[in-house]
Amino acid sequence: MKILVCISNVPDTTTKITFTDNNTKFNKTGVQFIINPYDELALTRALEITEKLGGTVTTVTVGLIDAEPSIRKALAIGANDSVRINADPIDAFFVAEQIAEFAKSENFDLILTGREGIDYNSGQVCGLLGEFLNITSVNIISKIEMEEGIATMERDIDGGKEKLSCKFPFVASAQKELAEPRIPNMRGIMAARTKPLKVIEASNSLNTSETIGFELPAAKGGVKLISVEETAKLIDLLHNEAKII
Amino acid sequence: MAFCHLQNTTMTEASIDFFRSNKPDLYNHPDFYLMDELLTDEHKLIRQSVRDWVKKELSPIIEDVAQKAIFPMHIIKGLADIGAFGPQLPAEYGCGGLDYISYGIIMQELERCDSGVRSTASVQGSLVMYPIYKFASEAQKRKYLPKLAKGELMGCFGLTEPNHGSNPAGMTTNFRDAGDGKNVILNGAKMWISNSPFADIAVVWAKNEAGKIKGIVVERGMEGFTTPETHNKWSLRTSATGELVFNDVKVPIENIFPDVEGLKGPLTCLNSARYGISWGALGAAMDCYDTALRYAKERQQFGRPIAGFQLQQKKLAEMITEITKAQLLVWRLGILMNEGRATPAQISMAKRNNVALALDVAREARQILGGMGITGEYPIMRHMMNLESVVTYEGTHDIHLLILGMEITGENAFM
Ligand SMILES: Cc1cc2nc3c(=O)[nH]c(=O)nc-3n(C[C@H](O)[C@H](O)[C@H](O)COP(=O)(O)OP(=O)(O)OC[C@H]3O[C@@H](n4cnc5c(N)ncnc54)[C@H](O)[C@@H]3O)c2cc1C
Repeated sequence: MKILVCISNVPDTTTKITFTDNNTKFNKTGVQFIINPYDELALTRALEITEKLGGTVTTVTVGLIDAEPSIRKALAIGANDSVRINADPIDAFFVAEQIAEFAKSENFDLILTGREGIDYNSGQVCGLLGEFLNITSVNIISKIEMEEGIATMERDIDGGKEKLSCKFPFVASAQKELAEPRIPNMRGIMAARTKPLKVIEASNSLNTSETIGFELPAAKGGVKLISVEETAKLIDLLHNEAKII
Repeated sequence: MAFCHLQNTTMTEASIDFFRSNKPDLYNHPDFYLMDELLTDEHKLIRQSVRDWVKKELSPIIEDVAQKAIFPMHIIKGLADIGAFGPQLPAEYGCGGLDYISYGIIMQELERCDSGVRSTASVQGSLVMYPIYKFASEAQKRKYLPKLAKGELMGCFGLTEPNHGSNPAGMTTNFRDAGDGKNVILNGAKMWISNSPFADIAVVWAKNEAGKIKGIVVERGMEGFTTPETHNKWSLRTSATGELVFNDVKVPIENIFPDVEGLKGPLTCLNSARYGISWGALGAAMDCYDTALRYAKERQQFGRPIAGFQLQQKKLAEMITEITKAQLLVWRLGILMNEGRATPAQISMAKRNNVALALDVAREARQILGGMGITGEYPIMRHMMNLESVVTYEGTHDIHLLILGMEITGENAFM
């Protein structure tokens, strides 16, 4: 079993978001970066599968050198080797194109991504990879079991669950319940020092999109407490201030 | 003696179910001088991993563990996995092979949760594994170190005696030749020994017939060796403390460390442990500061957050100033340790300063929380009580001052 897990390097969820360059660039100064949490679930599940059935887990990241701490962490958690495609991950199309270019000659049985990056939330890499590699893509899986040549999965759908099976190779994206993330242990951290982290240059790509500007959501207003006796005041506020009735 | 001894019943059951609080642990370390830039990516990965483990496995139960005063045996495996046992010792003996900054970071992340848990790790790594690594025969190293690193064997360190604390040179625990060419006979008692109630082995310092201090490994199960637990502590309640009592215990000669004699043996181990404590106590201070700062921003009195009052700002501003100075102190000391250049007096300065600072921060932080500060809802009171042990063990606050005083003046003021 040969599994590829796509890992992106994203700002920690508690980051205070600011922009530079006239609101066209995210300000990375002082921001702590982490492995995208959904990708970490994908990685953990991949390791569980190879621990049971044998095989290897490779990770791939489209990113600059500042993504390497997250890649080392993936190796410390247990991935066998990692590849970094040396480019700024401009958008989902670019990332998927780069990963597909690398993956097409590697014969992975399974490619896992997260359901979305918690930074730009586009959620497209899984589908695009399926398209570029001409393999099946299954989005947002919460369970996956592998057997000889075939996988069974569960996806959350509106009001229930869908069970499906799929032959190798295919690409799927990880949802919350897929696995319990693992904390790297000392042995893993030590082993990560010597595991291969290969850097390859990005292939030529068409830039399909360009960021024109970012904008933060409007600040949340304060909460007004109105006592039960003051219904008239409440109605007045809902009518004239909140303008929702 | 004033303590109640419960022979053969240790308060360290593995089967105890501790209450798991679902209150999130929001700790983040203060980094006012951008000290993180002095750390490597690996240091930061180690810190994050230990912190994640602590938040997942330790923080939710620590309050209940402290209230029950029962050592949580089930965390030993987790502590071993995160590298808490001898991370600074070489990988060839199954240890971490990490540098002293990493060791400091691990102790800090543990102690910012609880000094008792850090004590368990310090004793295992610095007071048991370190002397075995440094002084024991190759066969002993291979026999003990890999198992101690994995937590499959736990150890304790017996130096202090009922009548000899700050003055260990006066110890009376002793051994003599058994006359069979194979064993010695050990007699005496050690007191205040962390981990003793559950330890599988004890590194004991005792005098030989010539009156010279030697290190000797005593194993649980040897006839005449008992480890009664010390109860009713108001401090380090998450760590088990007890005695080591030797009543004509027959110990094989090969268990005596061949390569060291005199106080140099125990003092070498204490240097390593004290170094870890200087990082650890700072962790407790940072947790108190972090808690108090968050509370001060949220708690409203007189219509505004109490963080807005000058008196509270003074407390918080002084805390972060002292914490920042202490961060620089341990970082520099860590570099000197890595280079093998740190002196005992430098280590004394860091241990003494950082523990005293942590006590001050804990006391001020507790006041910022008002009445809430005395409850188990917040970690501050537990830290404060724990630190009363930390300021006493591994050389008291006074003793470290005397070590420093002797270093700078050349005059011995101990006696
Ligand atoms: C929870 C806990 C865990 C411990 N774990 C261990 C362990 O694992 N292994 C171990 O061997 N020991 C351990 N200890 C023992 C600890 O190291 C001793 O308590 C410490 O060394 C002080 O010794 P003492 O309690 O006998 O105090 P004493 O030495 O009697 O000191 C009492 C007071 O006198 C002061 N004093 C002593 N001599 C002088 C002097 N020359 N000049 C000025 N003032 C002086 C001291 O500073 C102190 O304030 C532990 C202690 C505690 C509380």
